[in-house]
Amino acid sequence: MNQNKTKLVVVGNGMAGARVVEEILKRASDRFEIVMFGAEPYGNYNRILLSNVLNGSQAASEIFMNPLAWYRDNGIKLHAGVRATRIDRQRKVVIGAPLEKDALAYAADAAAVPDAALIEEPYDHVIIATGSRPFVPPMEGFGGPGTFLFRTLDDCDQIANYAKTCKEAAVIGGGLLGLEAARGLLTHGVEVTVLEAAPQLMIAQLDFESGKMLRDTMEGMGIQVMCEKITTKIVYDDGRIRRLDFKDGSTLETDMVVVSAGIRPITEIAAASGLTVNKGIVCDDQMRTSDRDIFAVGECVEHRHKLYGLVDPIWDQAKTLADVITGFNPKAEYLGSRLGTKLKVMGVELASMGDTKPSLPDDEVIVYSEPSRGVYKKMIVRENQIAGAILLGETDTAGVLMQMFMTGAAVPSRRADLLFGTSSGMPVLSVFDLPDHAQICNCNGISKGEIKEAIVIGKCHSVSKVGACTKAGLGCGSCKVLVAQLIEAYAGEVDDDPTEDYYVPGVPLEKAQLVAEIKRRGLKSVSAVFRELAGDKEDPGSKVGLASLLKTLWPGEYDDERDARFVNDRVHANIQKDGTFSVVPRIYGGVTSPAELRRIAEVAEKYNVPMVKFTGGQRLDLLGVKKDDLPKMWKDLGIPSGHAYTKAFRTCKSCVGTDFCRYGVGDSIKLAQEIEHRFQGIESPHKMKLATAGCPRNCSEAYVKDLGAVAIEGGKWEIYIGGAAGGSVRKGDLLCTVATHADVLKYMGRFMQYYREHGKYLERTYGFVERIGIEPLKMILVEDSEGICARLDAEIQKAVDAYKDPWKEAELPAYPGQFNGPELAHALELAENNG
Amino acid sequence: MSTTTINLGSIENIALGHGRCYLVGDEEIAVFRQRSGHLFAIQNRCPHRNGTLSEGVIGAGKVICPLHSHKFDLASGAGSEADECVKVYTVRELDGDIVLTV
Repeated sequence: MNQNKTKLVVVGNGMAGARVVEEILKRASDRFEIVMFGAEPYGNYNRILLSNVLNGSQAASEIFMNPLAWYRDNGIKLHAGVRATRIDRQRKVVIGAPLEKDALAYAADAAAVPDAALIEEPYDHVIIATGSRPFVPPMEGFGGPGTFLFRTLDDCDQIANYAKTCKEAAVIGGGLLGLEAARGLLTHGVEVTVLEAAPQLMIAQLDFESGKMLRDTMEGMGIQVMCEKITTKIVYDDGRIRRLDFKDGSTLETDMVVVSAGIRPITEIAAASGLTVNKGIVCDDQMRTSDRDIFAVGECVEHRHKLYGLVDPIWDQAKTLADVITGFNPKAEYLGSRLGTKLKVMGVELASMGDTKPSLPDDEVIVYSEPSRGVYKKMIVRENQIAGAILLGETDTAGVLMQMFMTGAAVPSRRADLLFGTSSGMPVLSVFDLPDHAQICNCNGISKGEIKEAIVIGKCHSVSKVGACTKAGLGCGSCKVLVAQLIEAYAGEVDDDPTEDYYVPGVPLEKAQLVAEIKRRGLKSVSAVFRELAGDKEDPGSKVGLASLLKTLWPGEYDDERDARFVNDRVHANIQKDGTFSVVPRIYGGVTSPAELRRIAEVAEKYNVPMVKFTGGQRLDLLGVKKDDLPKMWKDLGIPSGHAYTKAFRTCKSCVGTDFCRYGVGDSIKLAQEIEHRFQGIESPHKMKLATAGCPRNCSEAYVKDLGAVAIEGGKWEIYIGGAAGGSVRKGDLLCTVATHADVLKYMGRFMQYYREHGKYLERTYGFVERIGIEPLKMILVEDSEGICARLDAEIQKAVDAYKDPWKEAELPAYPGQFNGPELAHALELAENNG
Repeated sequence: MSTTTINLGSIENIALGHGRCYLVGDEEIAVFRQRSGHLFAIQNRCPHRNGTLSEGVIGAGKVICPLHSHKFDLASGAGSEADECVKVYTVRELDGDIVLTV
């Protein structure tokens, strides 16, 4: 035990308790000696996702947030399955009692292990995070077999198991959680009825009209809803539930009952320790209870007469508490939260925030209702800010509305934009109005505040400088527009950074100038380019991009310096996180044969390949291969490389087309095979994924590929370019419609060559097509407005002719050590006395 | 501290502009032969996510990790990211052989 550390005891190991500990560790990783009491026998899990566990869409193991190893790794002592019962404030110890193994963790009368020794933990500070327990409305018979609450992982398990023996189930409570429970029960094959005491569903979040519409939606899914039903008695027969009796004299036959009628804070330990308790444990703005050394956080807290049962306010409380207790910001205050919520029920889109009805005479109410589709949108504007909103059936703008509601941003004069999005597609919310904690770069987790700091304090006034400073925009790049808007907002205007237009950072030329210089001077190797165009300064960050460009410009003539290639292109395989590689043989058009499959299987077994996986491009991926095995496997496979590792034409997916499909109008398989044979290995600024579809039903997703061909009635093919279905999603633009396979190959090749010549390095076709525009592209590539089509066709033909299967290097490595793993040095001669 | 000098064999085993990984005892050491002729030796594993630096692209005294493009100075070991650096070893050419001191 470290005597210098402050002793912190956390009572409660739910989401609030674990979160506050995480926040404290972030601020002061070794100031505290932390002990936690958790009445449940696990680590901490995400209670919000319990409904997913019940409906089977997530396994229990997936919702754990802090597994037991987390406590160990952070030096936290966890008393799992132990309930803290009292804080002895005179002796400054927290006293806990181990619970019986199957005790209900949140039950007030959960049984302690008889005769077990009490556990005492001394403290300097205590944080109470006991959370809440389900509320059971007064009724006769609850607690017998077949009655359940919906609060913990164990509850989920028991509900799911019992439902197997039932035909009908009733859920008491038509709120958020009750509806989620009802939907979950439906997946277990029982007929579900929701019983709500109020005249409508989700009374806290919806007005009457949307409540009614939600009821219709739920009933459409097969869930019966009965409102104004107060259960007075659960009637049993022979150890099983027979029916429910209601206050109005009616009854309902059912086999099981799940109660989800709200929650009540768990306050016993605070009361037993003499702290002030009202509805919850009363806390000030610093999350302190009536004892200065004892704090509380989460659903057990009453702050400014309010109780919170949602996660966002609790996260804010946890931050404030951590700021205060660590001294990181001793003046931090929690001032209360505005509440917004989304219903997580499969098939129902619903978001709600703030008030559901106007309350002041000047409140402006905007309502849109479309009952036939179950769409209802309502917004209450007060003093030009959002006071509340309901979106049912269509929630596209919920994110923006929620941000504006939380931050109190001024609403635009065209209120409709907030319910339907702007007609121009422009964002409604100015970056100015976003809160500092709003995450801008989702790849690297960079917030607006961090970017603002880089702009204002770090004087980064271009997108690339902000990226260099914060990493924002360096992942998928889709947030760069937002970063530019932030620079405009906080620095006036975006600096022109010429380096942003350079093809590669180490050669100060835009692509068109660079290409012209390379051709004029006849530069055929990467080192020649550095020598002539970069002052003889080699730049490792520019090598790979230059190698790709030179290979495009000089098909067959390029002086291929292998050190300029990325590792994938040196060893013709894709490097994996553990340093192994993946092998994807080419499978033309996704069509294989039993013999080929057998050969792949034999190779996989022979080289102990740890995983064989179907890719999204209709091929087989052999993952986890050692570098030394690569050439041997290629030889044994006898199939050409699938180029799954390089910035090049990848693959052409296809549907089953006319051979077997009863809808097919074009031979998509044959076309895909022709495409793949023609364009295999064609390098480009970024990868190109293709597909052919035998009819507009688009089973092979050709509309959202870099290039796609879709057969239409009349024996024609539509060619789409610039589609995407990865980090960005975009439907391709129609380039032209042609009659033959040969024409598909011609126009696809022409576009590829144009993209090879004009695309920026690592610019996917979706960005390229948007940048140039589909109309100009049609003019250039179809109308031949620049008179370059014949040249483009000839260039791509040259590239096609220069194709060599890189896996042929299995026979003869291109340079020493190409396929060698680490070399044992100690087997070599020691040179200690060699001078 | 005692040092050991090890002959890693012919310099021709590393193609110009490439790197190669050697196992010295339990240690993986990446040796690079820059196009300028300079030799460098650093720990093979990237401190970020264990990427094999010997597979990285090099130039101007720097290597780029193949996994997430973190950069390291081959002479000093300094990394492009805060709190990341790699161990550096002395390496030289002697009569056409690579000689490493650990």
